[in-house]
Amino acid sequence: MSVNLTLLLVMGVLFAIGIYLLLERSLTRVLLGLMLLANAVNLLLLATGGYAGLAPIFNKDIPAAEFNDPLPQAFILTSIVISFAVTAFMLSLIYRSWLLSRADHIQDDREDRRVATQDLFDAEEDSEIAVEVSDFHENDHPAASREMIPGVTLKKTVRPGPHPERTDNA
Amino acid sequence: MLIVLCAHFIVAMLAPILFSRWGRAAFYVLAAVPAASFVWLLAQYGNVYSDSAPSPTLDIPWVPALDLNLTFRMDQLSWLMSLLVLGVGALVLAYCTRYFKSADAGLGGFGAQLLAFAGTMFGLVTADNLILLFVFWELTTVLSYLLIGYARTRIAARRAALQALIVTTFGGLAMLVGLIMVGEGAGTYSISGVLAKAPELVAAQGTPGRVLDIGIALILVGAVTKSALLPFHFWLPGAMAAPTPVSAYLHAAAMVKAGIYLVARLAPGFSGTEYWQVLITVLGLATMLLGGWRALRQHDLKLILAYGTVSQLGFIMTVVGLGSREAALAGMAMVLAHGLFKATLFLVVGIIDHQSGTRDIRELSGVFRSAPKLGVVALIGAASMAGLPPLAGFVAKESVFAAFEANARYGSAGHMIGVAVLAVMVLGSILTFAYSARFMWGGFASKPSGMGLAAATPFKPVGWLFLGAPALLSALTLAYGLYPPVVEAWIAPYSALFPADDPHGLHLALWHGFTLPLALSGVVVAGGLGLFLVRGRFEALQGKLRTGIDFERGYRQLIVVLDQVAIWVTGRTQRGSLFFYLAVILATAIASVGAVLVWTEPSWTAQKYFVDPGSPFQVIAGIAMLVGAFGAAGAKRRFMAVLMVSVTGYGMALIFALQGAPDLALTQMLVETIILVAFVLALRSLPPGLAERGAGEHKVLRAILGTAFGALMVVVGIVAMGSRIATPVSLSLPKMAYEGGGGLNVVNVTLVDIRVWDTFGEISVLAIAATGVASLIFVRGRGQRLARAETVAPGSIGRVGEPGRVPSPVVELAKRFAVVPANPWLVAGRTLAPERRSVIFEVVTRLVFHSIIVLSIYLLLAGHNGTGGGFAGGLVAGLALTIRYLAGGRFELAEATRVSAGTLLGVGLAAAALTGIAPLFFGGEVFQSAILTFDLPVFGHVKFVTSTLFDIGVYLVVVGLVIDVLRSLGSEIDQHEENGIGAITMIEDDEPLEVAR
Repeated sequence: MSVNLTLLLVMGVLFAIGIYLLLERSLTRVLLGLMLLANAVNLLLLATGGYAGLAPIFNKDIPAAEFNDPLPQAFILTSIVISFAVTAFMLSLIYRSWLLSRADHIQDDREDRRVATQDLFDAEEDSEIAVEVSDFHENDHPAASREMIPGVTLKKTVRPGPHPERTDNA
Repeated sequence: MLIVLCAHFIVAMLAPILFSRWGRAAFYVLAAVPAASFVWLLAQYGNVYSDSAPSPTLDIPWVPALDLNLTFRMDQLSWLMSLLVLGVGALVLAYCTRYFKSADAGLGGFGAQLLAFAGTMFGLVTADNLILLFVFWELTTVLSYLLIGYARTRIAARRAALQALIVTTFGGLAMLVGLIMVGEGAGTYSISGVLAKAPELVAAQGTPGRVLDIGIALILVGAVTKSALLPFHFWLPGAMAAPTPVSAYLHAAAMVKAGIYLVARLAPGFSGTEYWQVLITVLGLATMLLGGWRALRQHDLKLILAYGTVSQLGFIMTVVGLGSREAALAGMAMVLAHGLFKATLFLVVGIIDHQSGTRDIRELSGVFRSAPKLGVVALIGAASMAGLPPLAGFVAKESVFAAFEANARYGSAGHMIGVAVLAVMVLGSILTFAYSARFMWGGFASKPSGMGLAAATPFKPVGWLFLGAPALLSALTLAYGLYPPVVEAWIAPYSALFPADDPHGLHLALWHGFTLPLALSGVVVAGGLGLFLVRGRFEALQGKLRTGIDFERGYRQLIVVLDQVAIWVTGRTQRGSLFFYLAVILATAIASVGAVLVWTEPSWTAQKYFVDPGSPFQVIAGIAMLVGAFGAAGAKRRFMAVLMVSVTGYGMALIFALQGAPDLALTQMLVETIILVAFVLALRSLPPGLAERGAGEHKVLRAILGTAFGALMVVVGIVAMGSRIATPVSLSLPKMAYEGGGGLNVVNVTLVDIRVWDTFGEISVLAIAATGVASLIFVRGRGQRLARAETVAPGSIGRVGEPGRVPSPVVELAKRFAVVPANPWLVAGRTLAPERRSVIFEVVTRLVFHSIIVLSIYLLLAGHNGTGGGFAGGLVAGLALTIRYLAGGRFELAEATRVSAGTLLGVGLAAAALTGIAPLFFGGEVFQSAILTFDLPVFGHVKFVTSTLFDIGVYLVVVGLVIDVLRSLGSEIDQHEENGIGAITMIEDDEPLEVAR
């Protein structure tokens, strides 16, 4: 197989710059990076088709090998249109982000950061709960209101409300 | 069998409807299912116990390739277990009618789960496939989780449910591994098949033998967790948060017996494997003692029973797992006896709780006097548990002692071990007697008022319907004890699978004569009575002897550690920084692919060239692209960067054209143009500079990552293309396209015919993206309400001159142009403010618009044979609309397209989908195309390929997408601008507001 180094080198540069921009904080630059990456991938696909050839319009007098490979072309066509849709979507994202926060700017996710500092205490799992000795609600049966019985020590240290050490600072 | 199984699940599914109609009486309907099955089961007795006929089986292939079949087999052991499962199931369900109130929340779901549980349990004990068994096994786990957590509002119930789920699922997973090891080792997943092969499997030496030993041990881990043996026993007392009928059924008679069943099922073949005896005997006996010990400390009647169950399960497990004929008989006798008396006692506790509102033995007093019938029923159950004659528990326990006596005398394990085991069992039985007595005393006795109680607990009278289920069970306990030969006949065929220890044989009987077991029973009664009499001091002793070893706390510590690890890992990996994630992904990609490249030493033999002889000018286009790319990276202004990226895009189009891909060149050109317009429209409100806070972060790292990845891709490209040895499949495409697809343009036919599924997926994505664009800008709807141009005053749209803008002389001059209420060129051109209008643009638009639309339709229709197609055509039409919008403003766009973009997208997708489905009606395949030829008056002979219809769908979707983009990024943002929503009001920083005082 033949390898068109020009196409591959341009592709390499597009990949490199595309990623350089993709890793940016500015959303616009991220989008531009994505567009460059799309072009780079298209070039790679095109390069797999080998030498330049005739446009693949069938003619029974022309052998198939004379055409430029139509299969990568079909892939690229799909890719171009999808990239267009993605670009349009990203543009609306950028505008929306601008409307909401006046920033064209990828921020760190504070919610994620909070996970690392979160408290181990989980009320569902870790709070002390009273021992229950009946399936039935207490108001049905006066005998079951255990608080009134003196001398009976049941664990009843329900901690109300959130844990005092729970921190929500960002 | 299948009918029984299905009936349970079907009625369970209908249960919510039944409950909404009949309230709690619906439990009777549910109970009828296992009851009828029970009758069926009795009728099967002849078949199952026939000497000549094989056990009834049912085999439905499910996934034959995995040896996973719905195989059910009703042998004697299954029959015996089914008896317990279905019988107790029916009684418990019937009992529920009195236990619950019709008004109780979620009763329908509860009934459904309980009935489904009965069906699942039946499936579990009849399944004859290891994996099928596992499926039922895990179903019981899930249903148990739901049933324990019935009281959703109580934290104790939720927590206990989760705990039981985690512990038993852990065991279940270990078991799955074990089942697979055993199944693969045996070469079959059929349980009867595995057991038939057991002798040769056990005899195997080396690796297969080890695999079997470990596999069986892992299965035992599953059994041990399910049957709540040490060290997993704690989930069972926790599960007492379930409603009492659930405890009676799941945690006494049925589910916890699943582990016992599994051991009983495997014992005939595998009781001789390496870890079997050690695991089962040690854990079983330890559990027996621990359960009995802890039961004597409880004050909740239900917990006394729960720890009693733990103790008994350990006991039964030891017996069933021993692997001698006597032990098998005694073990199964014990399973039945335990099922009967423990279910009775749980149901009795339920009644006490229901009538008095508590289960605390410190609060209950004088219940026997209030409810003597209940007391008698309970007494029978408790006496059977304690092992008193003439009840089932006595008969079974005597036989256990006899079996272990025989084992100690004649067994292979040696005298000392046999005697020690027997001694521990006697000790455990003394504890059992003591907690049985504690149960009766605690639940029913009239206690002195020194504990601060009234003389008798208020107790509502118990109806017969409520008492019916436990009374029937206790009657069976009595009958079993009085006439045990029936039970022995049920068990005998199963126990005959084992070798006998005792040459004299063992029979179930009330009276064996003056034998060692009788003496041991006497010791048990005496010891137990003594322990009960000193209960006060014994409790005090227990308080002192607390070791501090608490398995439940250990479990919770483990969960806490798990939480800690999870938080640590999450904190290290989920940094919330997109840069971090992408950098990790890219670095991984570079490192792994790079390593593979170095490792495999690929060939570089591909023929390489810089200048393609067929199209030397590509190099120039390539250089232009490089300039554009570097320009984009370095640009400081937003639109400069966009323009630079566009340069690479147009460069691409040139390269496509030179490479021999006119379709691509055309499409790329159109897309690039529309994107450029969209960019400008969308980002016009944003500040022109790109320098933002944090813009230059990690510059070096980014450059390194980018360069490395780019270089890697070049190498990968060269290597990949160099490794190609076969001729491309695409060589046959042109012929296929012409003959099969009826078109000359190979690329287009590939898209709409050869690889049409791909394209169908793609246009779906386009529709989704279009909807996304509209949703992000409009938030609600996609701007379907199109205002007419007549409603707008001339020259009113887009007046320039908002505060803050520098007035330029040109604009000032243009503003003075007259506003005329006529539409000389465009439909809505007059609506624009004069300073926004361009006569030349309007005239040109007027002239070219229709031509462009005609061109787009031409491209669409001609695309099958020449350059063009749905994508190109749609984009050209979109471009025409873009021009209309740019020249005449948003009212011009609204006048030009009176349909919703959503309609276009929908119609387009529908057209494409119909093209796919229609061939089915003509006996073809999905998306098969047909070539129609006919004559038309003007056009002459026409050759029409149905895939053109698909291309029309593509066209409509693309037009819809462009319209959505124009309406959202164009018209709607125009409106935002005019309303001042998007105007530039820079906020200095986005720090949290509470910090900036």
